[in-house]
Amino acid sequence: MAQEAGRGEVEFAHVTKAYGPSLAVDAIDLKIPASTYCCLLGPSGCGKTTSLRMLAGHEAVTSGDILLDDANVTLLPPARRGTAMMFQSYALFPHLTVAENVAFALKMKGVPKVQRLLKAKDMLEIVDLGRFAERRPSQLSGGQQQRVALARALITSPSVLLLDEPLSALDPFLRLKVRGELKRLQKSLGISFVHVTHSQDEALALSDLVVLMNGGRIVQKGTAEDLFSRPRTAFVARFIGAHNVIDLGDRAIAVRTDQTRLIAGHSDDSNTREATVKTVEYAGTGFSIQLVDDRGSDLTALVPEQDFRGAPISEGERVRATWAPQAAHVLEGGAR
Amino acid sequence: MLHHARWTSYWQAAPLAAVFLAFFILPLIVTLVVSFWSYTGYSIEPAFIWDNYRDAFDRCVESLPDLCTTFRTYLSTLKFCLTVWLLTLVIGFTIAYYLTFEIRSSTVRLVLALLCTIPFWTSNVIRMISWVPLLGRNGLVNQALMGAGLVEQPLDWLLYSNFSVILAFVHINTVFMIVPIANSMSRIDRSLVEAARDAGATGWQILSNVIIPLSKTGIAIGSIFVITVVMGDFITIGIMGGQQIASAGKVIQTQIGALQFPIAAANAVVLLAVVLMIIALLVRFIDIRKEL
Repeated sequence: MAQEAGRGEVEFAHVTKAYGPSLAVDAIDLKIPASTYCCLLGPSGCGKTTSLRMLAGHEAVTSGDILLDDANVTLLPPARRGTAMMFQSYALFPHLTVAENVAFALKMKGVPKVQRLLKAKDMLEIVDLGRFAERRPSQLSGGQQQRVALARALITSPSVLLLDEPLSALDPFLRLKVRGELKRLQKSLGISFVHVTHSQDEALALSDLVVLMNGGRIVQKGTAEDLFSRPRTAFVARFIGAHNVIDLGDRAIAVRTDQTRLIAGHSDDSNTREATVKTVEYAGTGFSIQLVDDRGSDLTALVPEQDFRGAPISEGERVRATWAPQAAHVLEGGAR
Repeated sequence: MLHHARWTSYWQAAPLAAVFLAFFILPLIVTLVVSFWSYTGYSIEPAFIWDNYRDAFDRCVESLPDLCTTFRTYLSTLKFCLTVWLLTLVIGFTIAYYLTFEIRSSTVRLVLALLCTIPFWTSNVIRMISWVPLLGRNGLVNQALMGAGLVEQPLDWLLYSNFSVILAFVHINTVFMIVPIANSMSRIDRSLVEAARDAGATGWQILSNVIIPLSKTGIAIGSIFVITVVMGDFITIGIMGGQQIASAGKVIQTQIGALQFPIAAANAVVLLAVVLMIIALLVRFIDIRKEL
């Protein structure tokens, strides 16, 4: 599929969604460059799905504007925005064949039957489902249904594809495979994908731009590396995971669990915490040691397998957790 | 264990099967048998003759293209049936749609659904007699129309007419459309409607491409209810038609009243055959088994 490069520039300008007195989305500003894989990440109820649905046109904007490729689409109906949405449960029409599902948008536009079914077949070939064209959605596996939904969304050549938790209904093995396919597809189409997820793994693996939301606001946006190595607040560090949030009294820092080391002996260094080992878990590439320090906060240290074999640690043992000063990353707003 | 479990389900189905056998299948067989018996003014004799069926269609073929009494009766019944079916379908579908897609609160939906059953709180006969003070020559409607100066004389066609028969039928049968259609509709995933809108479907396109096809099962079941009730009816047509309108059911009732059981049975079998043909036609259009 030849597509002109660089479509799908999205801008949220002070967009708010209120349900009565409560704000689901609180005046967010966000620029997604063209041809970007953007993940809206956050816990449930953070406003990520509402933001996606406002961009799709399935939810009215309370105030603010949404721009797509420099056009204000805030008040346009879904089909005239240049967006297409892939629903969480795929929302395939059970009474139509796979080909008819894919051709649905063309049928609504009044494209003659032969033409629209031909185009649907082409689209099905792209997602490698050509031979299933005459089947009903219920006769397909979850992964195949997902690809039908993808083909149906892409048939209108949208500039932005909106994906609402597209991988949540798949088993873990398939999830990894489809994740790779989505990323490849986005690259080859040259359009933007906006993908809502609550899985930080998914967001880190896929995104050119990660937007982490909480309580209707954007907490941090940036590349996956930005968020992982420089979490702005304690919430980001905890949500992204693999970080210890340590309260130093006057400030809070985040230290990656793989840069938190366990040492024996006494030290007056301020970069240490006396702690008791709570649990020891095998984590494949090493051992994940869960600790409780003497102030009662939880810490985790990821000890490489060789180090652990050299000096095994068992539950209930007293240890000292330490980190290099340059591994400490200062957080805004304390440890809460 | 497995053997045991298999028989359990048969035992569970047995009571209903027994009731069906005793009160549905057996009477049907008896009716079929009696329809071949002979009768005189004062006796009924077991026999195997086709006279009753021949009498039911007395001079029907010979007098074509003029319609014989039987054909005219069936045609009139079918016309009622079609009119009532169309009206209950449109009204029932609209109400079911409103209850399912427009009402957000499930409590309100439940209350409104219960309101639909109010016509059933009294007996059928009382319900129909209650139309008299409303639609009669000196009824409320005529008084109101004359009072408002809209008509000079009371309207005659309000009661004991085709109009009043259809009104009573629609009034009582609409709920049989609402319930199965609303049931089908409630199983339509809301995200399908959203997906259709995302694909650029207008309100009417969503209705014709998504909601109607997915409500087909309910439409078929409701239609079967309404068609069977109207085709076999004699009470509503009798009371609301002022005993002046013929119907297939009315013919059978008259013959039973005259104790002419064999010919009544023959007519009943013919009526059953007609109803089954209509349902077969309906099921051909909507493959119920596939939708269930």
